[in-house]
Amino acid sequence: MAFTTMVGAKIKRREDPRLITGRATYVDDVHLVGGLHAAFVRSPYAHAKIVSVDFKEAKAKPGVFAAYSAADLKAAGFEGSMPTAAELPGLQKPMHPPLALNEARFVGEAVAIVIANDPYAARDAAEAVVVTYEELPVVIDMEKAAEGGPFVHSEIGTNVAYEMPMKLGEVDEAFANADLVVKQRIVNQRVVPCPMEVRTMLANWEPGPAQLTLWASTQIPHLLRTNVAMMLGLNETKVRVIAPEVGGGFGAKLQFYAEEFLVCWAAMQLGRPVKYIETRSECFQNMTHGRDQVQYVELAAKKDGTVLGLRMKIFSNLGAYNYMLTPAIATFTPMMAPGCYKIPALESHLIGVFTNTVATDAYRGAGRPEATFLIERMMDLLAAELQMDPVDVRRKNFIAESEFPYPIVTGLTYDSGNYEASLAKVLEVSDYAGLRAKQAELRKEGRYLGIGLSTYVEVCGMGPSAAMPAPGWDSATIRVEPTGSVTVMTGVSPHGQGQETTFAQIVADDLGVPIDSINIIHGDTDKVQYGVGTFGSRGTAVGGAALKLAIRTIQEKAIKIAAHQWEANPDDLEYKDGKITVKGDPSKSLTTAEAGFIAFRGINLPAGLEPGLDATRRFEPPNFVYPFGAHICVVEVDARTGEVKIVKYVAVDDCGPIINPLIVEGQIHGGLAQGIAQALFEEAVYDESGQLTSGSFMDYAIPHAEQLLSFETDHTATPTDVNPLGIKGVGEAGTIGSTPAVVNAVMDALAPFGVKHIDMPLRPEKLWAAMQPKKNGQVHA
Amino acid sequence: MPQIEIDVNGAHHSVPVEPRLLLVHLLRDKLELTGTHVGCDTSSCGACTVLLNGESVKSCTMFAVQADGSAVITIEGIGASDALHPMQEAFWKMHGLQCGYCTPGMIVSAVDLLRRNPDPSDDEIRAGIEGNLCRCTGYENIIRAVRSAAAALRNDESRHSVAELLPVGGSN
Amino acid sequence: MIPTKFEYAKPSSLDEAFALLAEHGPDAKLLAGGHSLIPMMKLRLAEPEMLIDLAGIPGLTGITVRDGRVSIGAMTKHATLAASEELRQHAPVLFEAANALGDPQVRNRGTIGGALANGDPGCDYAAVMLALDATFTVAGKGGTREEAASSFMVGMFETTLSPEEVLVGVSFAAAPASAYVKYAHPASGYPLVGAAVVLSMNGDAISEARVGVTGVGDHAFRAGSVEKALAGVRPSDRTALEGACAGSAAGVDVRSEPAAGAGYRSAMCDVYVSRAVLAATRG
Repeated sequence: MAFTTMVGAKIKRREDPRLITGRATYVDDVHLVGGLHAAFVRSPYAHAKIVSVDFKEAKAKPGVFAAYSAADLKAAGFEGSMPTAAELPGLQKPMHPPLALNEARFVGEAVAIVIANDPYAARDAAEAVVVTYEELPVVIDMEKAAEGGPFVHSEIGTNVAYEMPMKLGEVDEAFANADLVVKQRIVNQRVVPCPMEVRTMLANWEPGPAQLTLWASTQIPHLLRTNVAMMLGLNETKVRVIAPEVGGGFGAKLQFYAEEFLVCWAAMQLGRPVKYIETRSECFQNMTHGRDQVQYVELAAKKDGTVLGLRMKIFSNLGAYNYMLTPAIATFTPMMAPGCYKIPALESHLIGVFTNTVATDAYRGAGRPEATFLIERMMDLLAAELQMDPVDVRRKNFIAESEFPYPIVTGLTYDSGNYEASLAKVLEVSDYAGLRAKQAELRKEGRYLGIGLSTYVEVCGMGPSAAMPAPGWDSATIRVEPTGSVTVMTGVSPHGQGQETTFAQIVADDLGVPIDSINIIHGDTDKVQYGVGTFGSRGTAVGGAALKLAIRTIQEKAIKIAAHQWEANPDDLEYKDGKITVKGDPSKSLTTAEAGFIAFRGINLPAGLEPGLDATRRFEPPNFVYPFGAHICVVEVDARTGEVKIVKYVAVDDCGPIINPLIVEGQIHGGLAQGIAQALFEEAVYDESGQLTSGSFMDYAIPHAEQLLSFETDHTATPTDVNPLGIKGVGEAGTIGSTPAVVNAVMDALAPFGVKHIDMPLRPEKLWAAMQPKKNGQVHA
Repeated sequence: MPQIEIDVNGAHHSVPVEPRLLLVHLLRDKLELTGTHVGCDTSSCGACTVLLNGESVKSCTMFAVQADGSAVITIEGIGASDALHPMQEAFWKMHGLQCGYCTPGMIVSAVDLLRRNPDPSDDEIRAGIEGNLCRCTGYENIIRAVRSAAAALRNDESRHSVAELLPVGGSN
Repeated sequence: MIPTKFEYAKPSSLDEAFALLAEHGPDAKLLAGGHSLIPMMKLRLAEPEMLIDLAGIPGLTGITVRDGRVSIGAMTKHATLAASEELRQHAPVLFEAANALGDPQVRNRGTIGGALANGDPGCDYAAVMLALDATFTVAGKGGTREEAASSFMVGMFETTLSPEEVLVGVSFAAAPASAYVKYAHPASGYPLVGAAVVLSMNGDAISEARVGVTGVGDHAFRAGSVEKALAGVRPSDRTALEGACAGSAAGVDVRSEPAAGAGYRSAMCDVYVSRAVLAATRG
């Protein structure tokens, strides 16, 4: 049989049969004998003193096993704080108790946990808990919070959690020498991740072996295990975390939630399994939110469009507590603000601020969408100011293909890129010139077409350990079993990204084994060697790279075994078309399976070579990877209503060589949808009293099928030398590239009305208001 | 506690139910058919969609007692892995899912759409799944999958009609 | 997600239902399709102690057209209306509203009577019933009474239906020149503005117009001044049409929410009313 290459092919996902038949196991599908169910009592106030918690009536309800408040935790000897992994100079780290202790600091914060024999009884009992609150002053607006009181944490006497100033290059000179300075205040609004599966968890304490098992909908099973063990004071080997099927995460499950600790703690108290499945309303209030920055930006440029320097003051709304990476997220924003452009000087002042809202943390892109949006909006504002085509302004400042690896002013080094190639491709595929002609034509009819461009670069493949708040490496184990089947254990924890398929493709090609004989195992800390997890578009760029290293180790050993059988020199042998052969002599060959059996049998092995054919390898990335691309969005704005219709969307992305086009394209599609939705629809709104007024799918608009269009996607493929696969991450690229393309398109449509900038989401009402005739009776051209 | 008679995926069940028990919880927790998911509490997301007497409904917005005397088809009854329904085949082939959480409800809704409209346009497909939210795919490949399944079903009407999914006497 | 406990009854006649209503008083709620009530119960915003399911009562479903009059049973599902060729012909305004309401699954369960009896300020049908000048048939222990749609809707979640009555049907004169257009909330799909228009034409000019609006105020209303202004207007004359539709929400306490403030909503009311008029003339 001819050898067929799997890598690069559109292989149907191996995950799917269980998912399309309803046979997959998500946390809520796990039923344990004697299982109990938790419900939470949550603060209805954004800031309040907890005067008393009365469980009398609740505990008298049928089926109720226990109810705990912070006082009960304390009485049982627990006084810890939820951890944060972020380390920044001068970072304020106020205590974050798992149940609100003395004070509740955002609406939805857990005040008590009630445990009953079924979810209905638990809910009834939670409703019967009587909590007496004393309301305290509330602070919601991050800029006001930064100025002074009221304080979210009165004990630290400030709402400023940290400040990160930087001044790089000759900034003052750049601004002094500029022909013009473009200034804009940009709000990157707070959004809610909304994976379709909410936060779900089930803890089981087995007193016999003294073993705790936590099933959790998480992106980071091993990091969660370490944190659970530390919080509970348990030997880490006594804790097992299983991430079964996970219904989406988008960064919000890169977390250790208080509820996860509490179900574990309660399971240990009661010696019974405790499950907690939150409601969507609870998820809106308690799952970490994303974005939420206010940016004051100044761009210095010459008349020909050359950018000289960038100045920023950025406020990042952290919410009420530092969760796992809360303070770290916004630090990516100034670091990546230069985008695809040669910007020699940059000054930034980043201020992280506590408010009485739920914490922000990673959400698809995490700090980089805010950077890309900032610079891509500024480039368009500069183009408008200079009456240049947005394409030309970008070209004027692009880092050229020949200049990579390119160190940018903030200290990061872009690995590889060809920004001109992706721009040229998107212009061609979208027929940019034709679109501009059409736009001019329609304007004469009073129709407002807008064409928006975004050329982005992002940083992902998280990342070098030295540059990360957590370890940055990841791991893979390959075992060639006696029958030639191959078991792979990956330290990353895919939850929709399809690595059960792409990793099998890589192994099938490199080891020459049928794809059906490969089993990819992940998400169980008792099965898989320690791994860091799936986030920051690192699954394949780091986890896949570790897999590639493990493949190499297997190949080296298999070659030694083959050489011994043939009395040949291993240096004369190679893997070719999935088999070991003598270089230049295809007549003799040995398969990986055959080598594996010899290794298993333990005879005919070279002297000193251990039996068995397996390997565990870790990949420590020497750098991040920097995918890039160019997007064009075309919108038509209804001048009577302000409604926006996206009429065309073309995305050209470059994540290096592609392992499975089906999966890469799918990642782009989903990313585009989320990025477009931030531009047009999504906004988490807290009112002045701290109530989340966009707390359900009835108020918060994640897009329906009817609100989106068919995307046109294409790609270029620029490899990186950062990892042995040559690939870059693709999970976040679509989101990062799309938001500015949409906003630039709408602003372009509204240019005849003199509109320069409107903050997201671009709700029709805002656009309509901007298009109303000016008071002086001036009519727009 | 009222006793209800209900056919689920062709199997008859006689179950006592608390009146407030939601149909989705009967299916998931009592009948152990966990393919039907819960994604929200406002009847918005459609992850809990099942066929009730052949029509798509949100099983989180119905009490089990209301389904007394009815025939329900869940994702498990649409097709198993050794006998996939063309809609399931199409979702697989066109990569119409990522995390898979919305998928059972999405497939059931799409099956109901083709019952009403065997040859939908892309816009009609978008309207047909407006009761189902997906956060992963941007819907692009879901649209492709439904289009592909529609073509497959039109070319082979003998197989996998919705009527075939219904147990005898289940239709009204 | 989990409602409070309640008792459940499924009467097989209206008389049984009246007896249950009398027995349980304000603690009882009628259950039709449940797509307004059950979500409220799941969020514990409604906590009835007795739920009376109307699904077992015969004779409450169906669409009948007789002598130019359309009658619809209260328990008729949205999906039935949305697929009715008769409605498409005789009352496109209702056909379109049924298709614009909710989503396929909601339409497969929800009923016209349930939607109207709930008095939701965002009920699509409410505007339609006003434009059709529909008559509601309400049954009570003492017999049935008829009430005009215009007096049935009183306020937000408030109708003239007493706790001991059941809305059993609606009827109206056929209105082939009619249309419903809606500006939907991006998340909920409820109308920010829903405009229903029924026209009588004299050649290419409007002789009489009835305009119902929902989603804008605390309950649906007839845009009386617009109706007057539309008389004699040729819809092909866009300037005249838009002029006539201006101020459609005048005098109404227009609702404000993040998706649409009051000023914007009023302006959109004018736009969507004029679009509904145009749609009604497409014939």
